[in-house]
Amino acid sequence: MDNAVKKPAKQKPVKPVKNESPKAAKASSPKRKKAVSLDKKKARAGWIFVMPFVIGLAVLYIPILFNSILLSFQEYVGSKVSFVGFENYQEALLEDTDFIQLLTTGLTDIVLNIPAIVFLSLFLAILLNQKMVGRAAFRAILFVPVILSTGLIDQMMTATGASSQAGGTEGQIDQGLQDESVTDQLISAADITRLFSNMKIGTELVTYITTLVNDIYNIVNDAGVQLLIFLAGLQSISPAIYESCSIDGATTWETFWKVTFPMISPMILVNAIYTVIDSFTKADNSVMSYIQTYYNTKSATVATAMAWIYFLIVVAIVAAVAALIKTFVFYQRRD
Amino acid sequence: MNSANTNSKVLKESKNKIRVEFERTSKWTRFKVKYLSTTFVTSVIWKIFRYVILLGMCYIILNPWFSVIAQSFMSIEDFADVTVKLIPKHFTIDTYKAIIIENRYFEAVLNTGLLSLVCAFLQTFMCSLIGYGFAKYKFKGSGILFTFVLVTMMVPTQTIKYALFLQFKNFDILGIFGLLGMEKISLLNTMWPFVILSLTGVGLKNGLYIFMMRQFYRGVPDELEESAYIDGSSVMKTFFKIILPISIPMMITIFVFAFSWTWADNFYSQTFYTNNQMVQTLAYFSQDTPQTLKDLIKESGAAGALYQPNIKNTAAILVGFPLIIIYLFCQRYLIQGIERSGITG
Repeated sequence: MDNAVKKPAKQKPVKPVKNESPKAAKASSPKRKKAVSLDKKKARAGWIFVMPFVIGLAVLYIPILFNSILLSFQEYVGSKVSFVGFENYQEALLEDTDFIQLLTTGLTDIVLNIPAIVFLSLFLAILLNQKMVGRAAFRAILFVPVILSTGLIDQMMTATGASSQAGGTEGQIDQGLQDESVTDQLISAADITRLFSNMKIGTELVTYITTLVNDIYNIVNDAGVQLLIFLAGLQSISPAIYESCSIDGATTWETFWKVTFPMISPMILVNAIYTVIDSFTKADNSVMSYIQTYYNTKSATVATAMAWIYFLIVVAIVAAVAALIKTFVFYQRRD
Repeated sequence: MNSANTNSKVLKESKNKIRVEFERTSKWTRFKVKYLSTTFVTSVIWKIFRYVILLGMCYIILNPWFSVIAQSFMSIEDFADVTVKLIPKHFTIDTYKAIIIENRYFEAVLNTGLLSLVCAFLQTFMCSLIGYGFAKYKFKGSGILFTFVLVTMMVPTQTIKYALFLQFKNFDILGIFGLLGMEKISLLNTMWPFVILSLTGVGLKNGLYIFMMRQFYRGVPDELEESAYIDGSSVMKTFFKIILPISIPMMITIFVFAFSWTWADNFYSQTFYTNNQMVQTLAYFSQDTPQTLKDLIKESGAAGALYQPNIKNTAAILVGFPLIIIYLFCQRYLIQGIERSGITG
């Protein structure tokens, strides 16, 4: 290998396509059988770099996936394995009454949260990108969830209801006016409902917004990585574009829609897909935790079948979201 | 020469003129022009709005932690007392003591810390290697391979949980061990499953790391490597001597992610560590309730029910505390690394 990779250096190539065998033969010992073109050499180097992943895929991941598919068609009784066809899927979809219901309600919840997460993180990234006093501190605090609101800690905090305490103190203020069920909400739903019904907006939208507002803790906590990605995207927009905009007399509002938004739109795609994947594969969402308890208490094979059904739905949603957002993504022409 | 002189004279005069005019206008007019314009008012409103939003978000993120930390120092009587809100009346560290000693906190931190450190190092290195391969080299099948990276991101962990467990319970590489007549070895309750998964880039969230590293290396200009090749450096040497040093901010980002996510992970650690008697990890540490606290809850009746969640919250603080320390040191690099990555679709 060492011998082979030294070649491109001496040839000083400007992407040659043809075989450079005479030069190569001259440079190294005449024993070498065949000189390889640079493209092939590059391909070989590429394979070497991704080799660990290829091995992991071939030796571990694909067998695991295959076994997992197999498992969903099998049944374990004691240590005896028997092939049962689609029985596990039947059990998951037809016999288990909770699963389908959870799937529909859980999925709608997650899907409704996705635009909120993406737009909140975009908005916060724009705020954090501006120069102001205490920007570093704000950034440091807003990125805390990336580190802390994951896995174990998140699970413990939600299990004990610590997260709903975020609204606890507020709720106590109007405890006298509201019934007790709303005391743990950040802003009392009645206020928002009244506000929107005065504005003649449909009730569905109102309930959507109120659920979002009440869920703000989870939304902010899920938006950490997206915030980082958006911030990176905003930093990569050249200041010269903004400068020329302001010289031409564009307002901030116009600049946002005509410059920032198109430039950031690839990041919106990345973030939307990331959000879908992240929120669907999070261990603490209702479907996943249901499958987990099913795995632990009832049957591992049926749980695997459920998980495969779930995975297919996730793929479908990712594809749908990607197709939807790709219609307005703008790619900057790269030279 | 002459013209330059007159020019500067003119400039001086006009400057003076402006100053004189400025001083002649009354303070009130100056004030009016500066502060009562629409641009100024909107900018002030925007600034206030911005601070309100940001402070609100920070409050939402930090408030649960404040209350949880405050509660963790309360004794059980404080939970029955309605007047106690944030500041404990009977300050105590008994909750901490019981959890740390009976749930073997230090053992868990040591085990999980070592595991996370090893995983984070391996994953950071392997993912930058793999990401570099995807970013800089076009070869047959690279597109399909990268699709597989995305698939590893998308498969919910529950889907492969049982198969993963079986794979490492009866560990065997493509049936080679079986052919050689060796017995299948169980790698459960050891660090090996984690090491093997990290080494091959299919561990916890490794798809995301590969994706991020790929985006980062795409932004690195090709000329850098080309000049190294011209100077006679090999591909590997170029990677280690030139590419790795410039990707350190991004690697720190990945390292922090990998460390903290492995640290707080309960899926893999509960799949591979089947028993907390053999290896105590943070996942098991956070689940159990210490016996002394159980007794305490039983004795105190109604207050006990209110006290119950506090035990888990205190455990959450103990799990999160080391991460906070690491975050404080690394958050500067975290943002820097991401900013330089220039992730694009």
